[in-house]
Amino acid sequence: MLRYALRRLVQAVPVVILIMVGTFLLLKLAPGDTVDALVGDMGGADAEFIARLRAEYGLDQPVWVQLWKYMAKLATFDFGWSFVYEQPVSTVLLDRLGTTLLLMATSLSLAFAIGTVLGAIAARRAYSLSDNVISTLGLVFYATPSFFLSLMMMLLFSVKLGWLPVGGIETIASFKTGWERVLDVARHLVMPTAALSLIYMSFYLRLMRASVLEVAELDYVRTARAKGAGEWRLMKHHVMRNALLPVVTLLGLQFSTVLGGSVVVETIFSLPGLGQLAYRSVIQRDMNTLMGIIFLCSIIVVVVNFLTDLLYARLDSRIELR
Amino acid sequence: MSVVASEAPADEPGRLVVFWRRYRRNRAALLGLGIFVAVVLMALTAGLVEPDDPLRRAGAPLTAPFVDWATPLGTDQLGRDILAGIFHGARISLLIGVVATLISIAIGVVIGALSGYFGGWVDDVLMRVTDAFQTIPSFVLLLALVAILGSSIEYITLAIGIVSWTAPARMVRAEFMSLRNREFVDAARNLGVRDAAIIFREILPNALPPIIVYASVIMALSILLESALAFLGLGDPNYASWGNMIGQGRAVLRTAWHCAAIPGIAIVLTVLSFSLLGEGLNDALNPRQKKT
Repeated sequence: MLRYALRRLVQAVPVVILIMVGTFLLLKLAPGDTVDALVGDMGGADAEFIARLRAEYGLDQPVWVQLWKYMAKLATFDFGWSFVYEQPVSTVLLDRLGTTLLLMATSLSLAFAIGTVLGAIAARRAYSLSDNVISTLGLVFYATPSFFLSLMMMLLFSVKLGWLPVGGIETIASFKTGWERVLDVARHLVMPTAALSLIYMSFYLRLMRASVLEVAELDYVRTARAKGAGEWRLMKHHVMRNALLPVVTLLGLQFSTVLGGSVVVETIFSLPGLGQLAYRSVIQRDMNTLMGIIFLCSIIVVVVNFLTDLLYARLDSRIELR
Repeated sequence: MSVVASEAPADEPGRLVVFWRRYRRNRAALLGLGIFVAVVLMALTAGLVEPDDPLRRAGAPLTAPFVDWATPLGTDQLGRDILAGIFHGARISLLIGVVATLISIAIGVVIGALSGYFGGWVDDVLMRVTDAFQTIPSFVLLLALVAILGSSIEYITLAIGIVSWTAPARMVRAEFMSLRNREFVDAARNLGVRDAAIIFREILPNALPPIIVYASVIMALSILLESALAFLGLGDPNYASWGNMIGQGRAVLRTAWHCAAIPGIAIVLTVLSFSLLGEGLNDALNPRQKKT
């Protein structure tokens, strides 16, 4: 197990290095550099001063040297200075990381729970009416953009019915504490979570249905049935565990897409997270912050993938033999 | 293509006829085809519905649908005809969807073919690059590319292609790895055919069917990505786009929700049609794959 974990960790190193190089390339391709932003902030400066600033920031050095220094800084999570927020980018990101991780956790849990259960039900009653209804729902979920669903939910639950707040992570200046605050945050997360989880629910549903159908035909399941195991026991102890394996893999692989999806959902519901920050950075041309988000999100994805690999190895004992 | 069908003997129908017979067995796939044809027709006839500019003022602002026959689906807050926007939006969605899909498959085929055919260090390097692209959240990367390149329709299409090639690359790689040691490839190699010719003339045609099916998925994703960008106001402002219409409709959601709902339904139906079309193609092209 430990050797497997170490090998997985070593495999992640070149990927992280490539992402560092990619981030640097994007930053270089973007019009204007740190000194341009700084000078713009100061309202202009003479050529000699600009040259001195460039030397100070190392922008007069060869690209290779710049790349090396940039990577060394990224490795310590130093993303430079945000000229929009007048703070180090890492401070700005850290402020907003919690909201995004919370939204990820609620959305993926919901998608995973409902998706796998519906998928299993559909597979147990394959080609029946309930299977058709569930499978059709899955296709419609997949086709509904999160922003459209968000607006329609807002219209129904906030504007018409007045049940849920239209945005924000908690009621401003309500000074709630303890459970009251937890409940308040939960109320604010209902619609964003639903909007973000829908498309992934459809992925898990379809994969789980196919997976259960496949596992249910295997010999060991037939043996268990022949030995007199009831259908419920069969599902719970024999089918589910193995059928979940591909879904767990997908969960890890898709974490990066879900992070991407949070841009739209956080922007619509004014949630102060990384996704909303990414959108604002594009509008405000805050490239340091945008690159910081890209790198931080990528690291989160690498970590989550590593964790799902470990989980996978625990669930599937065959994997250690490889 | 129907010539092929009529030339074949009566007891042995042409490939296209067989394909169609298999395809039409799936009723959902027929529905998908129907919606798809409707969207294509909308894109083709957009110039008849609104010959000038779909972004011009066509009537009183915020007219409800089915009230004024000059603007059957109503108007938005600037008095723009929603029906004209839907027709012209179909054009943009399909255009961006098709071109971005071609770009993404072209990149995916080159990377996947090199990786799967040569293996070894080429495979290692290319797969790490693919891993890196898959690790970066694609929508955030798309935002960064649009921030750098600008919001013109050409660059948006290119950027969508750049963020969505990884899945086809992995599929092509897997196909190439299983095909590269078959007899017909060995035969070509022994005849002295060059690597490039083996890759593109011998293996690629055999690796294509699953990629063609997957193209419908990329097409749907491209349309969703473009609409999300346009919704955020980062699309090309010179063209009517469904995503942008929804984004504008957000401002008048309380009073005139049809402005956001109508283009939203257009996106849902279009993306749904691609999914159904893809499933139908899969069943018809790989009939053995389907298990019961």
